[in-house]
Amino acid sequence: MAAWTDIFVLGLVLSNFRLLASSRLTVMIETMVLQAFALTAILLTLADRPWPLRLIVLSLVTLAVKGALLPWLLRRTMRAADVRREIEPFIGYNVSILAGIAILGLGFLIVQPLKATVVPGSASLLPGALFTTLTGLLIIVSRRKALAQVVGYLAMENGIYAFGAALVVKEPMLVEMGVLLDVFVAVFVMGITIYQINREFDHIDTDRLSELKD
Amino acid sequence: MTLTASILHWLAAVLLAPLLVGVINRTKAFFGGRRGQPFLQVYHDLFKLMGKGAVYSQTATWIFRFGPMLGLAVVLTALAIVPAGGLRALFVFPGDFVFLAYTLGLMRFFTVLAALDTGSAFEGMGASREMQFALLAEPVLFAGLAVLAAGSGQLSLSGIYNQLWSAGMRPEGAPVLLVALTLLMVLLAENARIPVDDPATHLELTMIHEVMVLDHCGVDLAFIQYGAALKLWLFAALVTGLAIPLRTGQPMVDLVVTIAGIFITAVVVGIVESTMARLRLVRVPQMLVASLALSLAAFFWILR
Repeated sequence: MAAWTDIFVLGLVLSNFRLLASSRLTVMIETMVLQAFALTAILLTLADRPWPLRLIVLSLVTLAVKGALLPWLLRRTMRAADVRREIEPFIGYNVSILAGIAILGLGFLIVQPLKATVVPGSASLLPGALFTTLTGLLIIVSRRKALAQVVGYLAMENGIYAFGAALVVKEPMLVEMGVLLDVFVAVFVMGITIYQINREFDHIDTDRLSELKD
Repeated sequence: MTLTASILHWLAAVLLAPLLVGVINRTKAFFGGRRGQPFLQVYHDLFKLMGKGAVYSQTATWIFRFGPMLGLAVVLTALAIVPAGGLRALFVFPGDFVFLAYTLGLMRFFTVLAALDTGSAFEGMGASREMQFALLAEPVLFAGLAVLAAGSGQLSLSGIYNQLWSAGMRPEGAPVLLVALTLLMVLLAENARIPVDDPATHLELTMIHEVMVLDHCGVDLAFIQYGAALKLWLFAALVTGLAIPLRTGQPMVDLVVTIAGIFITAVVVGIVESTMARLRLVRVPQMLVASLALSLAAFFWILR
């Protein structure tokens, strides 16, 4: 199963590059759906067969929340705010990709000392998870549109989830459920906030919010 | 038995390469809702061109005539070191993937020289674009092959491909698939297929490869088109060997599977061409940078 885990981690890595390279918000949201599928698959391939019931439930909930509910919320917000694409990111797409390569290299470097603590069969999982987290961070700091930043936040959370996946096979279902709930609430609040920002200022460019005066 | 299979693969490439182009055209026609040209149309075109005489400009020198000949000879040589799946190629020596990259480089160099030799500003433009994209595609090819070489500890293409998808394979599956993907992107760039260049267009501002061969006719043009088909086969064989996880150990079965895989690659190329729009010229480097990113990702993966 280790080979399959590797392949799905690879899918996660590729989806991150897609996130870094795309300017269209629809593409970014679609990528979130892909990441949800990759995460679920990683979770299932890591576990021993036969899968325990709680694992199946957890993966179904993950898929429902990350793969359907959150994208639906994001799409709705996108329509409401009437933005299609990230026009002028702080960091361009080519440079973003190159930064992505650097981050990936960094990820593989950083996990060297952690190797011993990883569950067997998931040697590529930690660098992949770290890369996803840092990609999310990069997108949050380098994109102008609030919606793209929300997607970055989600990617970051996906990375943390993948970190957890290495351990979730053992126990902490409760933690995962808690995280899922947190993210759901966060995106829900952000959706409302973005809508309000947009209604108030006719745009969702966060950098221009610093010009607010009373 | 293995030697026979190697020779058969080379022969299959020589005989079936134009059919590969036919398959791509039919796939595109299918997606366009048309029936499309017959599979053998490319052969008919080549025969027609072979029967025609050539017209040479008075300002063109021997380089102009030499280019197509050398291109064909070089690509036939390069095919002899490309393994079919896990089978040995006709010639195997350490570092032959460097040889492969630079024989193809030589082919491109002379195509460009022949284009410049005509003195047409138009062809010069195509030549400059070709070199610009080749400059970006070559590191991708090398990075991909370097991943395989470093991962497997082998220095010849046949050695690398031979141990893929067998027990205890190094490098393991995920980076190999990643390299297959980047090589597919290199295939599209090197063979002037759609996201990079449109082989069907004859609009001046968009052409890259076609514009360089505008002044060639007759036998020369046949050589160029045949060489292009062989080059397509070569890259398709490289991609197929990585992407198809089937090594039976029976040389003949492996050969048939590989050839089927090569045609599947052609169908995939046709689907890519049908579903994607041609990238703007300024976006092409971005695509190639992205594929470089993927092969470097694979590199980190195996160095882990």
